Amino acid sequence: MLRADGIAVSYGRQRVLRDADLTVAPGVVTGLAGPSGCGKSTLARVLALMLRPDGGRLTVDGTEVRRWRQRAARDLRTKVALIFQQPRLAVDPRLTLREIAEEPFHATGRPPGPAADLADEVGLTPELLVRRPHEVSDGQLQRACVARALALRPRYVICDEMTTMLDASTQAHLVARLEAYRTETGAGILAITHDDELLTRWTGPSEGPIVRMG
Amino acid sequence: MTSSLTVENLSVRFRLPGATVHAVSDASFAVRQGECLALVGESGCGKSVMAHALMGLLPGNATVTGSAWLRTGDAPPLDLIAAPERVLARTVRGRRIGLVPQSPAAHLTPVRTARAQLAEALRELGSPATADELAARAGLDPAQLDRYPHQLSGGMAQRVVNAIALAGDPWLIVADEPTSGLDRPLVDATMAELRRLADDGRAVLLITHDLRAAERVADHIAVMYASRVVSHAPAAEFFAGPRHPYAAGLLEALPSRSFTAIPGRPPELTDLPKGCAFRPRCARSTDACSESPEAGPVACHHPLEHHVAR
Ligand code: SF4
Repeated sequence: MLRADGIAVSYGRQRVLRDADLTVAPGVVTGLAGPSGCGKSTLARVLALMLRPDGGRLTVDGTEVRRWRQRAARDLRTKVALIFQQPRLAVDPRLTLREIAEEPFHATGRPPGPAADLADEVGLTPELLVRRPHEVSDGQLQRACVARALALRPRYVICDEMTTMLDASTQAHLVARLEAYRTETGAGILAITHDDELLTRWTGPSEGPIVRMG
Repeated sequence: MTSSLTVENLSVRFRLPGATVHAVSDASFAVRQGECLALVGESGCGKSVMAHALMGLLPGNATVTGSAWLRTGDAPPLDLIAAPERVLARTVRGRRIGLVPQSPAAHLTPVRTARAQLAEALRELGSPATADELAARAGLDPAQLDRYPHQLSGGMAQRVVNAIALAGDPWLIVADEPTSGLDRPLVDATMAELRRLADDGRAVLLITHDLRAAERVADHIAVMYASRVVSHAPAAEFFAGPRHPYAAGLLEALPSRSFTAIPGRPPELTDLPKGCAFRPRCARSTDACSESPEAGPVACHHPLEHHVAR
């Protein structure tokens, strides 16, 4: 279980989250819905160990998280992956798509083996892998971000409005890719979206719960 | 006389070192006052380039051919493609064509009130209208003009950028991905605003990747694939059953329908296949498809049966 209890986050004097609880179970898709500004994305960053909350507890498979961001324990950090809404804001513009997909290997000192396969699975061609973000479309860049997120075989994948910027076919493709990963590895997925049709369709097959915020 | 924009055989090429990008190929369509046309396609299909070409906002390495006739009332028609930049800057952008940008929040200056920003837009265009009049045009309550952007709801911020686009009283509104990153209620509110502008007698060209947004507002749907307009149909007909295989696949991919992706991936715009660009992904392709289908309402050698809406 990826479990958040009583999470509180403030930016300056503005309280963004107060007493937020959420559990992401392995093997199912948990949906998280709510209007923009309700704190969904902030909670996503806490769950991915990228933001230290001001209060509350986060546990990953029973281990409490005590350190955050780069200082977080590596084996905890690699258990949770986060995919953002806007791929352009989530990548280093100087890297090629291959380097983006392989970043987690370099960051953890592991040899980049299966990233090329991953890139192929998310629908990127060798020609695309040598390009940089400004030379590809949002959809192609998001594919590289999905490959990056799955590179270290995370136990939990948090998809924060992952397909909002994408056309229907690319959306269906990336969701299918994550579903294949889930069924193959038993990973837990948190699907964050304000799109109810997508949410019902995505959580449905695994009979995962839908949590509403705000 | 009704004002209209008629795009004929428009093509845009970008020269890159060692390659040519075929961004728009032989596109034709028209939009008239009182109507909304949605140009739908995935990112990188050329739809935003089309918008920039019409506004004269393409970079220097672009070559544009074809025409885009802007007919404004009884004024002599103007070909936006042939017109010099000076004419576009003085008489077209902001005055005949208003651009609704991608992200309202990014277009408002946080430290100035909505009123100050509307007043500035009016001043720049030398318009005699007041900020209050402009607000009314965009469906804004003048009392809300004294707020700063962060005090506005998303829907109100959208109306403020619409109001800025309307400052020069343009009859044609070009909205380029106006709903990017907005949540569903805001998407719906934005679409309702665009519909209102069309019902007020303006023409709206909506450029979007979001078929559901398009469904809420458009009278006609044009679908672009790999630089070409492959399908063009009245909205009701389109949503009842598109005849072009790509358009049909895109609609079927929606979560409310079969939620399955079209197999394969679009070709590179630097390396379009000969013949129909959808051929490698199309279940209906035959040898005939190695010849480019003719541009038209359904650019396809083997269109699907037409399902009649009831
Ligand atoms: S022309 Fe042929 S390949 Fe192209 S969409 Fe039609 S049937 Fe498919």
